Amino acid sequence: MKLQALAELVGARFLTGADQGEREVTRAFAADLLSDVLAMVREEGVLLITGTVTPQVVRVAEVMNMGAILFVRGKLPTPATVEYAAGAGVPLLATGKIMYETCGILYQHGVLPAKRKGLPMDHVPPNPAHP
Amino acid sequence: MSPPIPPIHKRIFLVAAGDLEGAGSVSTAVRRTLRELGVEPDVVKRAGIVCFEGEMNMVLFSQGGRIILIVREDRVELLFSDRGPGIANIDLARQPGYSTAPDWARELGFGSGLGIPNMEQNSDRFEIHSRVGEGTVIRSTILRGVHDDTGDRGGARA
Amino acid sequence: MTIQAIVEELGLEALVAADLAREVRGGYCSDLLSDVLAHAKAGDLWITHQRHLNVVAVAKLRELSGVICVRGLAPGPDVISRAADEKINLLLTSEDAFEVAGRLHRLLHP
Repeated sequence: MKLQALAELVGARFLTGADQGEREVTRAFAADLLSDVLAMVREEGVLLITGTVTPQVVRVAEVMNMGAILFVRGKLPTPATVEYAAGAGVPLLATGKIMYETCGILYQHGVLPAKRKGLPMDHVPPNPAHP
Repeated sequence: MSPPIPPIHKRIFLVAAGDLEGAGSVSTAVRRTLRELGVEPDVVKRAGIVCFEGEMNMVLFSQGGRIILIVREDRVELLFSDRGPGIANIDLARQPGYSTAPDWARELGFGSGLGIPNMEQNSDRFEIHSRVGEGTVIRSTILRGVHDDTGDRGGARA
Repeated sequence: MTIQAIVEELGLEALVAADLAREVRGGYCSDLLSDVLAHAKAGDLWITHQRHLNVVAVAKLRELSGVICVRGLAPGPDVISRAADEKINLLLTSEDAFEVAGRLHRLLHP
């Protein structure tokens, strides 16, 4: 799906990268915790759906060569973060919809879940004690 | 172990404690450097992940430190050393899901308890030493020319 | 739709089946506890990567209909026993949050 079409489906606007509206994303990953993104996403060009708007989100998208970031819940990154993403060539979109509804709409329109990556926790018993 | 091949590149980055605006910039700089040196994309990505996690740990938990990037023909090494509280129980910290992150860090998208596991999983060799009240030292080695396109590196710990 | 029906339709594993007759109002997908506290609605089924003890407290406080732990990230025995004590439906799926949110949304809003 093209970013432009995706934006229209979920009522999102481009914060940067509107000129990338023709860019295709076929898979998406939804998470708020950045280490989960680093641990779980396997292929490149994935759409990241997140409510986390810190500057580090863009860094993570760069490391993982993601296709774009879609911020949900009406949360917006700072202008400095938008500017950084513009320089890094990472399109940023934002919608007021919640993550659940955003995922629902995109899933319904054929966006696929990101391919899985083997996790560190796949090799150890769950649940370490928590402090 | 055979003597290491001399470095073709070495660079030291300083990391300031609590710099939540700049955190992640070392990872970006490391990736750029590696790309410019023609390092394999898979290695660049893994080094980016290792560096990001190590850098975030330093920013969130330590009183500051430094990251040294060493590029050799056969490997990339990342050395992290910080001053700070150290890690009381390294075995626990290596367990996925274990986190001592305060609530404010969790609300910023950190503290999923995957920082050190992510570093370890993306390394071919991984060493961590810590002394409570003094600081933590981590050495990550990523071998070049061992291309892995599956994204699964579960055996890295062995 | 009840939790029971959703468990069957989505093939979830019930780690704690506290009240499977509970009606689900909608879904809420988030890994930030403060966000769930502020924005989830009573009866929502919460989809999350989080698996620490506070999840149960938040679900209880917001009167959520249950919690779906994604990507096979099963919480530990302490969380499971707390959920049982607090009568919180605790469910597990091997799918990612995007996929389970997508499938739940299609089920609740066909």
